[in-house]
Amino acid sequence: MTIINPILEFKEVTVNYTSSVQAVKGVTAAIERNSITAIMGPSGCGKSTLLRAANLMHNLYPNIRIGGEILLEGRNILDMESIEVRRKIGMVFQRPAPFPTMSINENVLAGYTLNGIHLSRAQKADIVEKSLRSVSLWDEVKDVLTKKGTFLSGGQQQRLCIARALALQPEVLLMDEPTSALDPIATKHIEQLITQLKDDVTILIVTHNMGQARRIAAKSMFMYLGDLIEYDDTKKMFTDPANELTSAFLNGKMG
Amino acid sequence: MKKRILTSHIVHYGVCVLAALTSVPLIAILGEVLIKGYKQFSWAFLTQPTPTAYKAMMALAQGEDIPGGIANGILGSLIMLLMAAIIAIPVGIMGGIYLSENSNKRFAQIVSYMTDLLQGTPSVIIGIITYIWVVVPMRGYSAIAGSVALTVMMLPLIVRSTEETMKILPQSLKEAGLALGGNYAKVVMKVQLPSAFGGIFTGVLLAISRVIGETAPLMFTALGCQVIRLSVDKPMSAVPLLIWEFFNDPNLQDLIWGASLFLLLFVLSINLLSKYLAKKWQS
Repeated sequence: MTIINPILEFKEVTVNYTSSVQAVKGVTAAIERNSITAIMGPSGCGKSTLLRAANLMHNLYPNIRIGGEILLEGRNILDMESIEVRRKIGMVFQRPAPFPTMSINENVLAGYTLNGIHLSRAQKADIVEKSLRSVSLWDEVKDVLTKKGTFLSGGQQQRLCIARALALQPEVLLMDEPTSALDPIATKHIEQLITQLKDDVTILIVTHNMGQARRIAAKSMFMYLGDLIEYDDTKKMFTDPANELTSAFLNGKMG
Repeated sequence: MKKRILTSHIVHYGVCVLAALTSVPLIAILGEVLIKGYKQFSWAFLTQPTPTAYKAMMALAQGEDIPGGIANGILGSLIMLLMAAIIAIPVGIMGGIYLSENSNKRFAQIVSYMTDLLQGTPSVIIGIITYIWVVVPMRGYSAIAGSVALTVMMLPLIVRSTEETMKILPQSLKEAGLALGGNYAKVVMKVQLPSAFGGIFTGVLLAISRVIGETAPLMFTALGCQVIRLSVDKPMSAVPLLIWEFFNDPNLQDLIWGASLFLLLFVLSINLLSKYLAKKWQS
């Protein structure tokens, strides 16, 4: 499968936790612009590790070594400042993590605050409304913007976290099992939301839920024990997987 | 009744009684200090400096109450505490952050261990060391020396409470902050510290309540002073120092209980406040 003009490219990416433990073993994949790409695989297959490499989250842990190249619009992010990379590649985590001391308003603007960017009052109001509208949260919270973000329900909190990431207008949004801590209804909301967002941002989502990948992703990767086993159109992979391991995973024989 | 059931009952009630016994000293102390001290408690007691022994003696001879109070001690305690806090709070918080962030580094482990040892160092030793470090070179007792001793006592308490609080913050908070492109300093200042504020503040309050009653380190450093004084390069009084002075002067012994009551109430209210805040913060 060839991807023309990809926004993000993994080239022989390896991630080592220690010199002997390699969690990602040379993954090469190009990510299609303005679409949703899912990374699936059983627990411990390296899918989250690969995702976290894409916004240099591993830099936090000095023992972790990343090899290969990760190209964002052709530039290797491994040579870039983490601050610059993370502004362009946003991330949403498994557990909703609104900043507990900040109001809903402040949470949405947190990216600007943390980057030391000063905004006028009008700009702030504009960004907050636009970001919250894009995650369909505006109508629910517009009267309680000064309340703490943690006051919201789990699903709302996760949408707030997505709004917070979107507020910075990233080019790519990484999502690490964003619905695994949510109930089915909240999950449905988030999935709908993700499919709407792809016009503005490229989404790379890790999921251990095959159904989720099939519902929302145009392309899917299947990883197993650190290797990228198969990467194809989601439809093709689910109907006619090329690899036996993929087939076993999709049929519930592992994972 | 079977023997093992009887044994169980005896042990059960035994531990209950022993548990109740542990609160007896506090109640006894509070009761005694209250009964003996409340009579001296007045506005004048809190706003006037210690009387001279002569004045006190004359008042006693005429059957009057001893004039004056402990204002010099209260003011001195607060000034020295403030000076100590200005150094100990930022340094302690920064140190605590470092230790919590680098708990797997050898250096941090050594520092952490040292902090524990410092916390266990007898205050009288901190006093005598401060005497050699500060009082001798400055050629005299001073509030500065007193506050140095208090700083050394407060530091480990603040470091450890900050470290413990920061450690229980979820890692996801820090990652979420960094994922938004914040630099490390911003994430610490804008996300982690505010989230840990309750715990850190509780630790600071406990450190204050711990050192405000310290006598030994101040005896070697601040020495004490009979008048209200604001210059920090001169000897200064403190409430616990006054209690010791009153005890040693037969004419002033009536003032012991008022001063003790003040100190006790101050420490207890700070303790209660910190407990309340800790509870509120956890919820």
